[in-house]
Amino acid sequence: MKLNKALIPASVIVAFILQIMPMPAVIDMYRPDWLLLILCYWTMALPNRVSVGTTAICGIVLDILYGTSLGVHSFAMAIPVYLVAANYQRFRNYSVVQQAIMIFILSMLYHMVVYWLQYWLTGVQFRFEFLWPVITSVFLWPWLFWLLRRYRRLLRVT
Amino acid sequence: MNEVFARGPSLIVRLAMVLVFSIGAMLIDTKVENFSTARTYLNSMVSPLQYIANLPGAMLSYSAERFSSRQQLLEDNTKLTNQVTLMSEQLQRFRILEQENKNLRKLMDAPVRDSMHKMITELMAVDTNPYSHQIVINKGALDGVFLNQSVLDDSGIVGQISEVGTTNSRVLLISDVTHAIPIRIERNNVRFIAVGDGSLNSMQLQHVPHSADIEEGDVLVSSGLGDVFPEGYPVATITSITRNEGRPFAEVIATPLAKLDRIKYLLLLWPKETAPAGAIAPGNELTDLLEGKMPVDTPEDPQ
Repeated sequence: MKLNKALIPASVIVAFILQIMPMPAVIDMYRPDWLLLILCYWTMALPNRVSVGTTAICGIVLDILYGTSLGVHSFAMAIPVYLVAANYQRFRNYSVVQQAIMIFILSMLYHMVVYWLQYWLTGVQFRFEFLWPVITSVFLWPWLFWLLRRYRRLLRVT
Repeated sequence: MNEVFARGPSLIVRLAMVLVFSIGAMLIDTKVENFSTARTYLNSMVSPLQYIANLPGAMLSYSAERFSSRQQLLEDNTKLTNQVTLMSEQLQRFRILEQENKNLRKLMDAPVRDSMHKMITELMAVDTNPYSHQIVINKGALDGVFLNQSVLDDSGIVGQISEVGTTNSRVLLISDVTHAIPIRIERNNVRFIAVGDGSLNSMQLQHVPHSADIEEGDVLVSSGLGDVFPEGYPVATITSITRNEGRPFAEVIATPLAKLDRIKYLLLLWPKETAPAGAIAPGNELTDLLEGKMPVDTPEDPQ
């Protein structure tokens, strides 16, 4: 019965690792938003366990790992996660394809907010390559959804 | 769902709290000067995650080392032996020139330049964040790393230390948008400032008059002004100059000489007075190499 307590923290830690794992520069551009996707999934499935507060803490940790100003990622991730938490029942009833389309919008929102905050803090130039992760996240979502739902049901996480 | 009624503040209030908290954190982080010490502790706290994320890559290179064929090793060995012989011959000539240069400088009453103490460090993690160019190296405060220390690779300046952790530290690359480095053109000593522009293989020179004597292919070396980077290390070469008279300054793009996208081993530099015990003293490079102070390691495809 310990396993069902550990699944959410374990998946979040795996997301952190996947988020910072060193990759060749060519592939690096397409790295999906692991952390955002996993937080979105848990918010949709169990909004009483994972929600805006958890996201804020994860965002701060991601900021420390990335070396960005503290608060950038917690700010940017809190908004899409809030949208999922506010509409979790609607989200659950969508088909996987519809969910993937919503993920497209949420991930786009996340990247635009991160860009906007970074522009405000350091004045970076916008490049369209910054939005590649949005596309890869959309294609990752069905697989991630299937995998996490399978383990959530197997371990009876509530 | 075991809770029908939600407890605590409503969702929108929680969102507002998180957003205000994030903005507060951003302001404190960027505006408060002494916050970097707190970040050192925070960095040390999350460093286990970085070590774990680094494991697969480390295991791959370890197994590549284990399973590289005997043939390959023999080839590498001859190649490296040849390289060491050629380089030590060059070093002998270089030492004599250095001595001569010192004597000449003494004759002219110019201050004699001290060589730097060095330490070899390895790349631990690359920031995957596209908005900033930073890397993490495996030496920290315990090894004597200090803030704003210069970091080099085998062909030029890579960047400077921006955050020091206990066992690892963060390097801001010269191509980052927030980084600028004072340089001079090697050919005629004209001084400029080179600013990163957010792409790994280009930098921009600021405030270059249209009439400046500057050509494509010119090598830029650090000028030593600003007391961050030591003088005379190569930084970049000029790749394009656009002289549009309608604009106040010429637009000059330079390409960093350091291979910023394929960093593996890096050098940390210390001035003579502050060098820690573990650093390699100038002039001892070859003896230290033989005693095993440097990581003797088969390099990946020397390119």
